[in-house]
Amino acid sequence: MYYREAGDFKTSYRADQQNFPIRFDRIHFWVMMALAFGVVPFFINDYWANAVFVPFLIFAIATLGLNLLTGYCGQVSLGSAGFMAVGAYASYKLMTSFPELNFFVVILLSGGITALVGTAFGLPSLRIKGFYLAVATLAAQFFLVWLFNKVPWFYNNSASGQISVPRREMFGIPITGPETAASTKYLVCLVIVFVLGFVARNLTRGRIGRSWMAIRDMDFAAEIIGVDPLRAKLSAFAISSFYIGIAGALFFSVYLGAVEVGEAFGINNSFLILFMVIIGGLGSIYGSFAGAAFLILMPVLLKNVLVGGLGWPSDLAAHLEFMIMGALIIIFLIVEPHGLARLWAVTKQKLRLWPFPY
Amino acid sequence: MSSYVTPDGRTIGDVLLEVKNITLRFGGVEAIKNISFDVREGEIRAIIGPNGAGKSSMLNVINGFYHPQEGEIWFHGKKRRAMKPSQIARQGIARTFQNIALFKGMNTLDNIMTGCFTHMHTSLIEQAIWWGRAEREEYRYREKVEHIIDFLEIQAIRKTPVGALPYGLQKRVELARALAAEPKLLLLDEPMAGMNVEEKEDMCRFVLDVNAEFGTTIVLIEHDMGVVMDISDRVVVLDYGRKIGDGVPDEVRSNQEVIDAYLGVPHD
Repeated sequence: MYYREAGDFKTSYRADQQNFPIRFDRIHFWVMMALAFGVVPFFINDYWANAVFVPFLIFAIATLGLNLLTGYCGQVSLGSAGFMAVGAYASYKLMTSFPELNFFVVILLSGGITALVGTAFGLPSLRIKGFYLAVATLAAQFFLVWLFNKVPWFYNNSASGQISVPRREMFGIPITGPETAASTKYLVCLVIVFVLGFVARNLTRGRIGRSWMAIRDMDFAAEIIGVDPLRAKLSAFAISSFYIGIAGALFFSVYLGAVEVGEAFGINNSFLILFMVIIGGLGSIYGSFAGAAFLILMPVLLKNVLVGGLGWPSDLAAHLEFMIMGALIIIFLIVEPHGLARLWAVTKQKLRLWPFPY
Repeated sequence: MSSYVTPDGRTIGDVLLEVKNITLRFGGVEAIKNISFDVREGEIRAIIGPNGAGKSSMLNVINGFYHPQEGEIWFHGKKRRAMKPSQIARQGIARTFQNIALFKGMNTLDNIMTGCFTHMHTSLIEQAIWWGRAEREEYRYREKVEHIIDFLEIQAIRKTPVGALPYGLQKRVELARALAAEPKLLLLDEPMAGMNVEEKEDMCRFVLDVNAEFGTTIVLIEHDMGVVMDISDRVVVLDYGRKIGDGVPDEVRSNQEVIDAYLGVPHD
């Protein structure tokens, strides 16, 4: 009875189709947002920003992107980190070629460039499905990393082969480069996540999202009600890559600062993002955040407990961390194959009646 | 004979769809052999025949899944060029499937809303912003969909995932999805297969109501002869890819070739 919806009547379709139909959820969401925007920036320090908040927010964007493609449109992709690299290198080239360009414009353009590249690599999806498509996107991953390693133009012929972010300011406050304050990094990412989260929600609840889900669930039935598979699949690839490109650009410019492509955008990260999507919940916006949070926060938490709390040597803790993470992932998938989002939905369902049995 | 009024008071108009000399082959197998028939506006037209007669293939030709090797299809008095199924949907042809083809990951409401796809036009950017045009369009079509939900009496399962629904209701949701496209021509592939008597009666009523209220022309495939003879205006009979009968139910019932096909006379 704690989570009540009785008496919460809807008198218009607008009210029925709002983002959070239940009042408690609505209040909860805005309280969280108030905390994230109004409280966290004043208390955040370098450790929290670099270990927890900034990677969480950036991976949440990438996970959202992959979820739009895999969870909503049903097209598996293993090229996420490759597309992140496209975003990162696009932002680097834009920042060094046009130093006056506003940082947010750079981020948007990087997303746009990645969308074009992603659409091109999405073309095979018109012919192949499932595992075969996953392998085809794997080709994108290897090809893109190879490309950024081999062509010096992408890293401006620097001797190390690395790219490092130039200092950029907005309103006199540095937002990229080594002098950036923790709270600035956090806020830049948070604003972008907030906007992209809403856009993802809007896209998935309307006409375009339904066309993606129709393709995912039953492609020939989608066709006979007028959904063109070509447009639906390619638009999903484009939007997804747009998100992942923005995540890559932020990963490079705000989080890491300097990047070597094989290390930062290797296949490990592609898998990490896919795990976030699966653990969070395919086809769920909330799940994208939950999955990203789980896989970013759990290792940090484990490290703190094992090393800080129990005083174990850090090398032992590092190995145990992998084992515990692996076990947790397996347990989660056995308990709830549909991810954290479904777990949350089931909990809410229980709370509607709690503490009464029926 | 251009348009006429049936005994139960419905007006049957001109020819809406005409299938001319269609031949469809899969390799060496001729699934459909030189079949022609027409469907008139406002009519309920049944296609019957034993298993493997080419009935479903015929529907697949009409809505563009199969491209026949020979023959022409005329729709609205114009010869139709080869098109993709999604383009044919835009011309106003909707269908349901023999094995239910609903979108299992969505609830009833979203399934039916997807049916409105061809009528909704807001762009990607407008969808992303949502406020304004996309939102207004969404609620406008929600209202239309609610009329269909009322019409088919499925209000109670609006927010239920379709995978959790019983078979009969899934069939009804699929019909609702096809109706949401506001089709001129509705193809129903065995809408009553596997239903009990009560569900069949409901479905018959809905088919007749759809025809009467929206004036939708209906082509249906059905095995239940009682249903076919009761609700259809004219019947086409197929057997082994050939047309063996065509006419009003009484004509077809007394056709010797049709009786042979159903009772089983050795083919030589």
